[in-house]
Amino acid sequence: MTTIEKTDSVPAPRAGGKGGTPLLQVRDLHVEFHTRDGVAKAVNGVNYTVNAGETLAVLGESGSGKSVTAQAIMGILDMPPGKIPQGEILFHGEDMLKMSGEQRRKIRGRKIAMIFQDALSSLNPVLSVGYQLGEMFRVHQGLSKKEAKLKAIELMDRVRIPAAKDRVSDYPHQFSGGMRQRIMIAMALALEPELIIADEPTTALDVTVQAQVMDLLAELQREYNMGLILITHDLGVVADVADKIAVMYAGRIVETAPVHELYKRPAHPYTRGLLDSIPRLDQKGQELFAIKGLPPNLLKIPTGCAFNPRCPKAQDICRTDVPALHTVTEQDGAELPGRGSACHFWKETIHG
Amino acid sequence: MGRYVIRRLLQMIPVFLGTTFIIFAMVYALGDPVAQMFGDRTPDPATVARMRHDLNLDKPLVTQYVLYMGNIFTGDFGEAFNGQKVTELMGEAFPTTLQLTLVAISLEIVLGIGLGLLSGLRRGKILDNVVLIGTLVVISIPVFVIGYLAQYFLAVKWNWVEPSVSADPTIDEMILPAFVLAGLSLAYVTRLTRTSIVENMRADYLRTAVAKGLPRRRVIGVHLLRNSLIPVVTFIGTDVGALMGGAIVTEGIFNIHGVGYQLLQGVVRRNSPTVVGFVTVLVLVFLLANLIVDLLYAVLDPRIRYA
Repeated sequence: MTTIEKTDSVPAPRAGGKGGTPLLQVRDLHVEFHTRDGVAKAVNGVNYTVNAGETLAVLGESGSGKSVTAQAIMGILDMPPGKIPQGEILFHGEDMLKMSGEQRRKIRGRKIAMIFQDALSSLNPVLSVGYQLGEMFRVHQGLSKKEAKLKAIELMDRVRIPAAKDRVSDYPHQFSGGMRQRIMIAMALALEPELIIADEPTTALDVTVQAQVMDLLAELQREYNMGLILITHDLGVVADVADKIAVMYAGRIVETAPVHELYKRPAHPYTRGLLDSIPRLDQKGQELFAIKGLPPNLLKIPTGCAFNPRCPKAQDICRTDVPALHTVTEQDGAELPGRGSACHFWKETIHG
Repeated sequence: MGRYVIRRLLQMIPVFLGTTFIIFAMVYALGDPVAQMFGDRTPDPATVARMRHDLNLDKPLVTQYVLYMGNIFTGDFGEAFNGQKVTELMGEAFPTTLQLTLVAISLEIVLGIGLGLLSGLRRGKILDNVVLIGTLVVISIPVFVIGYLAQYFLAVKWNWVEPSVSADPTIDEMILPAFVLAGLSLAYVTRLTRTSIVENMRADYLRTAVAKGLPRRRVIGVHLLRNSLIPVVTFIGTDVGALMGGAIVTEGIFNIHGVGYQLLQGVVRRNSPTVVGFVTVLVLVFLLANLIVDLLYAVLDPRIRYA
């Protein structure tokens, strides 16, 4: 049993930014699904970076490609029908898309872990939670059944499941929704990975439990100094936890910004629409704003800016030219760090 | 769990009494077994009356049934009309059939689940299509056709195996008959496993298992199979009962003196005590097999709890 840890031996030539190589860097990622009706372009050139200890929130409607990007990073896309024609996913500077299946498997769960949306269906119904948690240690660290069970109890304590010792042999259906999601979190945390991808971790939970689970996640992230990619469509969840936000639309990032900047001054009409459609207490009784129309069919993404059929500001150029992710600046030309907007009229949107 | 088992065992009593009574009534209503014994000769009325009296045939049906059941519980299944004890016949027939059934079930488990798993994992590929068509062929051809064809080609023409099974059969003699006997169920087990595998491969928990970085062997062996086998185990369990009693055709083709053979002889010769006796035991086998399947279900799927 000799395993070559390629991760460390390969120099990182693409060191981006200060402080060396970022933990994770997604570069120009494309994902397509070949279906009977044609090619669905789910992800069309996504770029983002996550550093250790940093939280990136990926925001977007259903079908915007946020989960597909995450699955591509994890390496759990169904291929076929999925296909990655272009792009790089650099983990510690090394492209994971070029690794062998076995190399990727060793990263999964140990270095990059994922938390899924619906914990009830994402946990195996016929295996006890203790077994499913312990499996991480048994497979990746070669612990015995007994040691793994003790570790599982420890983990359950860690995510504050009461009476962990008595409940370790229980099955997923015997837990409440919040507790189940804690078990999912515990499972992701088991080997103290460097990056956690949480795919709508609170969507299936009720509001009070949502807050508890998010707090727990944020606390553990700080403690272990992990990178976190938080995929969500809930703007409320994002504001508290994230450092920076990437807004996705039709498989593309349309705006990136540090979290509070985005709420204050959105630089893309789509983001503005999203923010305007949050119900607000001071506008009680008024009609709630909604972005008109539907997200585009991924088999037939509109030419130009994908958002143009729904955009209130759309002009002729929007129907012909795909906008690049422009660097957003202040009115006097001073660059706003970490901000970008893929809109031809970002200036008008942010300053106008 | 314990209470559930007791309740189920108690429920078996009325089912057992009901089914055996119906069988008893049907067999004895079919005609006059005493007249049958004499064939074409006209019997002496005094002898007939004595025999009827000895066999309790002069009493009302319900009384006959009660007397019969009383005897059964003391272990006396009566005598076949040739004077052989029915229990003796059973002692020869049941071990033989049990052997045949066990070989058949093993084939179902190993081949059925194996093929089902492979074709499920390779959905839409060549192997999958071959298996689907193959099982369809097996399902649509009657057992006796498959049996006679297998016997003709494998035993008579190519001489690979003996055409009929000896009086004291060994396991390897049983393989061909077991194949013929299991054929239909084997096809069903394969299809059931395949469907179940295909369905569970799309499950969220399987995606989780992959995301945990488990090796493929473990993802399939522990997470996929464990869930997919629940319906298959249920089917195989009930099949044990069916195979024990349903081997009439196969046992006939390969001249195996098992339960099916004795039952057939009993029916053809109007040997009522044999028929009723064997069927009574088969009813018990069915009931127990069903109980075991239900209990197994709870063991395999923790979401099912019996109170």
